Amino acid sequence: MLLEGNSWKFGDNVDTDVIIPARYLNTSDPAELARHCMEDADPEFPGKVRAGDIIVGGNNFGCGSSREHAPLAIKGAGVSCVIARTFARIFYRNAFNIGLPILECPAAVAGIKTGDRVTVDAAAGRIKNLTTGAEFEAKPIPPFMQEIIAAGGLIEHVRGKVKNSE
Amino acid sequence: MGMTITEKILARRAGRDRVTPGELISCRVDAVLGNDITAPLAIREFSKIGVGRVFDPDRVILVPDHFVPNKDIKSAEQAKIMREFARAQNLTNYFEVGRMGIEHCLLPEQGLVGPGDVVIGADSHTCTYGAVGAFATGVGSTDLAAAMALGETWFKVPETIRFVYEGEPPEWVGGKDLILYTIGDIGVEGALYQAMEFTGPAIANLSMDGRFTMANMAVEAGAKNGIVPPDERTLEYVRGRAQRPYEVFQRDPDAAYARSVTYDVSKIEPQVAFPHSPDNTRPVTEAGHVDIDQVVIGSCTNGRLEDLRLAGRVLERRRVHRNVRLIVFPGTQAIYRRAMDEGLLATFITAGAAVSTPTCGPCLGGYMGVLARGERAVATTNRNFVGRMGHPESEVYLTNPAVAAASAILGRIAHPGEVI
Ligand code: SF4
Repeated sequence: MLLEGNSWKFGDNVDTDVIIPARYLNTSDPAELARHCMEDADPEFPGKVRAGDIIVGGNNFGCGSSREHAPLAIKGAGVSCVIARTFARIFYRNAFNIGLPILECPAAVAGIKTGDRVTVDAAAGRIKNLTTGAEFEAKPIPPFMQEIIAAGGLIEHVRGKVKNSE
Repeated sequence: MGMTITEKILARRAGRDRVTPGELISCRVDAVLGNDITAPLAIREFSKIGVGRVFDPDRVILVPDHFVPNKDIKSAEQAKIMREFARAQNLTNYFEVGRMGIEHCLLPEQGLVGPGDVVIGADSHTCTYGAVGAFATGVGSTDLAAAMALGETWFKVPETIRFVYEGEPPEWVGGKDLILYTIGDIGVEGALYQAMEFTGPAIANLSMDGRFTMANMAVEAGAKNGIVPPDERTLEYVRGRAQRPYEVFQRDPDAAYARSVTYDVSKIEPQVAFPHSPDNTRPVTEAGHVDIDQVVIGSCTNGRLEDLRLAGRVLERRRVHRNVRLIVFPGTQAIYRRAMDEGLLATFITAGAAVSTPTCGPCLGGYMGVLARGERAVATTNRNFVGRMGHPESEVYLTNPAVAAASAILGRIAHPGEVI
């Protein structure tokens, strides 16, 4: 599936408190979380982001807490994919588990500015900046993670496992 | 080639002779943990799997600590989901208000984690249990849900970085300073995806409470887990509490490390992490004049008895500065009770502090001490990200409990030597 949207660029070490501040963690409803997504970095972000848009971060994206509310808020806001140089490990797991595509690609991070129109083929790891014409190759997604994505998230994957063992 | 302690534990629980860094493995878990923020989401996902019962009602541990006693109606609803699930599943280890504590202080204290265990928790500071020689790491709610159903989870085996602490620490330098110094040195992604093994004579001499503080903050360097090789001190702590048999693992002499870093702790001063990152550290003597509005002493990093004693030593017969609110929140009911018996609570209250029931509240800007725009806090907690304790334009400075107490007295960031 080809994802397409405008990109929003952030810096290094975007932490989970910025993605979704703890003051909003008294709910786990993605739509409600989405209303405050990234607001401590850019208060207007929740109002400006459009379905399909792509977040581009630097190093260690999603560091900090284990709150799955962070990828849920991003997904709830309509963001179709996150590209970063590196991801913090719990965020990395969580994103796959809930079905938010994420790609590690330093070259794309360097070659995409806020507002650029970008397409992403997550399974193949191909990223294209339509504004500049540049193309990038992301680090391949490990086969096990691809299984989770193919199943539609970790819960579906586990469901399949439980059924087969019955 | 030999294995590190982390690799040995993972190999055992994966039912294998050996594992190597980078491999994806499936592991049995000895315990899984959720709290009132992460468990409701996990429970929702768990119900979609269709197994009905959790894999073991003794090993699924639920602790309401973040927003309890509940701060508002929404958080009360979340806590209720968790409480009802605990009842329906007949969980042995659900800890109600009045009997609870901050999860990472509570689990080791209650003997629910031991050497050689593999523990996952839907909370990033689950890495704290590395202090007893367990492999413990944070995951999200969906991973928790899957593990509640299966009793197993998958890991990528991490490489290990070995940290060797040599020498004797100066007065007022403890586990918090060693770990802040380390994070300041390697950075918040200095150990990304890796294990941090804390060793050396200074660790051998460090109290269990100090070791918990160090392992707690491993995630602040991006690490998957922090671990202290178990020794006599560990076993002394674990004996008499352990609710399950445990197994002590040590590294092989020829274990392979990603790298090894040595620090001379005699040269380390009490540290302060400036806003807005735990790696933005400097010695307290180089902090300059920083006026403060609030001090919080507690949390899963520094809310244990030794931490309260240290703060008490500084606050004894002194008073909190008129411009400062000091909030003390002990880690568990047992610590709270001990602090009362030892007269520490009296010391805090006489000094002009507010003393809270155990809760995460102030640490994550939840409630019980949220900061207004422009306010500054000194905190013994582990994160000082933008907005961590309240308004996005507030600031948090991380220190050890003695520095926090001295700062509360002087109304600015201060070295304990300035008041004692
Ligand atoms: S005390 Fe703070 S860091 Fe520790 S578990 Fe609670 S919120 Fe998290």
